[in-house]
Amino acid sequence: MMRAKLLGGLLRGVAVAAVLCSGTVAQAQDVTITNARLVIGDGSAPIEGGTVVVRGGKVISAGAGNVAAQGTVVDAGGAWVTPGIVAGFSRIGLVEVDAVAGTNDRSAERSPFSAAIDIAPALNPLSSPVAVNRAHGVTRAVVAPAVGSGLFGGLGALVDLGADRSMVTRPRLFQYVEFGESGSQNAGGSRAATFLTFRALLAEARDYARNPAAYDGRSKDSLLLRADAEALARVIDGRERLFVRADRAADILSVLNLRSEFPRLTLTLVGATEGWTVAREIAAAGVPVVTSALTDLPGSFDQLASSQSNVGRLRAAGVDVAVGVFDDDDAHKIGYTTQYAGNLVALTRLPGAAGLSWDQAFAAISSVPARAAGVEDLVGSLRPGRVGDVVIWSGDPLELSSVPTAVWIDGIKQPLSTRQDRLRDRYAVPQESALPKAYQH
Amino acid sequence: MTSTSQALSGGPARRQRASATAVAAVAALSLSACAGSTANKPASASTAASRPAAVNKDPYPSTYKPYGAAPTLVRGVTIFDGEGGRIDNGVVYLSEGVVKAVAPDEAGLNVPADAVVIDGAGKWVTPGVIDIHSHLGDYPSPGVQAHSDGNEATDPTTPEVWAEHSVWPQDPGFSRALANGGVTALQVLPGSANLMGGRSVTLKNVYARTMQGMKFPGAPYGLKMACGENPKRVYGSKGRMPSTRMGNLAVNRQTWADAAAYKRRLDAGEKVERNLANETLSGVLAGDILIHNHCYRADEMAIVLDMAKEFGYKVSTFHHAVEAYKIADLLKDNGTCAAMWADWWGFKMEAYDAVKENVPLVERAGACAIVHSDDANQIQRLNQEASKALAAGRRMGIAITDESAWRWLSYNPAKALGIADRTGSLKPGKMADVVLWNANPFSVYARPEKVWVDGALLYDALDAKRRPVSDFELGQPGEGDVK
Repeated sequence: MMRAKLLGGLLRGVAVAAVLCSGTVAQAQDVTITNARLVIGDGSAPIEGGTVVVRGGKVISAGAGNVAAQGTVVDAGGAWVTPGIVAGFSRIGLVEVDAVAGTNDRSAERSPFSAAIDIAPALNPLSSPVAVNRAHGVTRAVVAPAVGSGLFGGLGALVDLGADRSMVTRPRLFQYVEFGESGSQNAGGSRAATFLTFRALLAEARDYARNPAAYDGRSKDSLLLRADAEALARVIDGRERLFVRADRAADILSVLNLRSEFPRLTLTLVGATEGWTVAREIAAAGVPVVTSALTDLPGSFDQLASSQSNVGRLRAAGVDVAVGVFDDDDAHKIGYTTQYAGNLVALTRLPGAAGLSWDQAFAAISSVPARAAGVEDLVGSLRPGRVGDVVIWSGDPLELSSVPTAVWIDGIKQPLSTRQDRLRDRYAVPQESALPKAYQH
Repeated sequence: MTSTSQALSGGPARRQRASATAVAAVAALSLSACAGSTANKPASASTAASRPAAVNKDPYPSTYKPYGAAPTLVRGVTIFDGEGGRIDNGVVYLSEGVVKAVAPDEAGLNVPADAVVIDGAGKWVTPGVIDIHSHLGDYPSPGVQAHSDGNEATDPTTPEVWAEHSVWPQDPGFSRALANGGVTALQVLPGSANLMGGRSVTLKNVYARTMQGMKFPGAPYGLKMACGENPKRVYGSKGRMPSTRMGNLAVNRQTWADAAAYKRRLDAGEKVERNLANETLSGVLAGDILIHNHCYRADEMAIVLDMAKEFGYKVSTFHHAVEAYKIADLLKDNGTCAAMWADWWGFKMEAYDAVKENVPLVERAGACAIVHSDDANQIQRLNQEASKALAAGRRMGIAITDESAWRWLSYNPAKALGIADRTGSLKPGKMADVVLWNANPFSVYARPEKVWVDGALLYDALDAKRRPVSDFELGQPGEGDVK
């Protein structure tokens, strides 16, 4: 059982006694990992011979020197030890097989609702992508709905990738909206309509907030159902963060300008493919960015200036920039985050390009995505008080050949075997032996 | 259109693969946009009766010409020769567009005094990467509908179409594949919505005004075929055959039977109306055109191998081959390659049983393993994809050297494309299609520093003037950026 001394409220209400697929029982354990090449995840340099202590599912201390060990002591033998990877944007847990509609809960094209759609009950911690990406060292992810019929996609969450029956760390963490090409389609066909629709919907939500009882979400004139109005009211007053997808430089500037009308919006820019061309403005606005690290093609006219140097240039301008996983990779391959971060380091050796130092790159997949989602006090680093998500690696975590050798989530040691591993083992020798393959298990 | 199809990482080829995924609706849209010409079967396009000898088999010939190549010596460099060989601290000498020597030292090399000499200390030289599965040019960036030219999916079989007739040589993707991926040649394939998508074309990754200017001289044609979910979904959803896997096979077999009859008449010297579809299929049956078969599941690949025997052709390569590891022995016995991703999975049912060890398991069985992209993004880091597969193999105890793994990226795809006598490895006399990497290319921290095609320096990370900029990007934001 998870210890009662867990600080209440912050941690997911996980049913920790749940029996796992493997038949083991999840146990929060106090653990002290010593002799580590210790990465805190906040952008600081690795600490040789570091120690991290997790007690009651939380990090108690992490740093150099001798500290009083708690619980099980694990000698890392000089291996890299880091906080779990945080995917800054994903759809993990919403999809088992993309093309099998019944297992794909990214979006609801035929729902009458939009902003009120809360993805939390759709998340499936037992979906196989959760296990596969856990084995990559991803322990937390920001999960956003995709936009269905309306302008707003709904409410995203922070999740964990633990082997248990609940993956919601923080439900209703942010509202998701798309501007640019897709936003204009959802608003009727032009960007002008997108911004008008956005303003009109928020104005209506403000009406709702002033007097919910008087709000008539059912009349023909109303733009918002009551549930959607309630959800947007929390965005207007900044209680809920707004993740805004925008790629074209002009769209980004228009989005930043929304705060002149709605000053309490708490914005996070998503995508921001041309962000580097307006990096100073983004930095001045103090808006964090979550982007795909290696976008470098003009996939659309919104992305003409795309460059792998986007992250490095934004960072150099003072923007808090995190790495997320988008498009076809967002549900199954969020483990790409480490590869992306490694590529950002590679760019520092390329004349004319901008990348990140190793320490910055690791932060871009741990503490910075946590900050961009407003949960930096909870996850993303090994600073005291954060969740006990710790990974021991076989080598440099950003290198292609490295894998986790041990993973803890909330202080619970995780199984790392996947369905893929079982298939591999069954067919390590492809031919049948005494009995068909179906008997090899 | 869902937001997932609003490609952040953008590539249109991505969307093509997605046509097999959740974004089926988008693909269906794009397909319906070209519907309407379904009644026009190839025979109606024929104009002149002719005998086989009179048919020009190369009516759109390559006009590719190598660019100027200074004699170039790279010394003190680590070399993967592409066929499994390695030399540490060695020399590579390129001259007259070809590899002149790969050797431990310069002894015996007649290097002229004005040769370009590069210190390769701490760097790696490999053959250029060859991507056997690309849609660059046919699904170019930007991925707008007006550019969606990769799949004439208006009929379940369209062997009469040629991918080269859709190639837009200004696709910015070519430059990224060169500069970030060290890709020197690629096969552009039609899409996989239909059973027979049409002929492929192999290109040199060198910008030209015309498709012909990029065309790899003398490379054989391929025919793209597709198994499984895509054809049965695309046509089944229109209420026509095929709507099942058995329907897939039936349409294929009848098409082959008809083609065989056509070829018999040709071979007998009979006068026959030109039929572009059957000309392609006859070319396959004659062994001139290579089969590149999109196929994921092990059981389907086994059926296709038997179908090939039934009609007397050979499958050069299964593409995607997510379950190749289940029948690696069968692939070896049939001499058929598998072109694979390192870790793509789960986007549709036939990609559900992926394992990260697919490539090394095929290698260990002695079959021909290839790492491919099918994607405008991953074509930029096939070395990294191979590296992930290599590491997964090593973790399960499969001992494969770095230099041997490089075969997955150059020599094996060259063999499968029928161009291994000219490129794909650093053997004297072969095309000087070469990459100088600034670190071990299996490291995430490595990037191409220089790329030569036929000995011409066409990318240099140290020289902004040696960075191609397509017409489309000229005068646009970010023009000439390192990208």
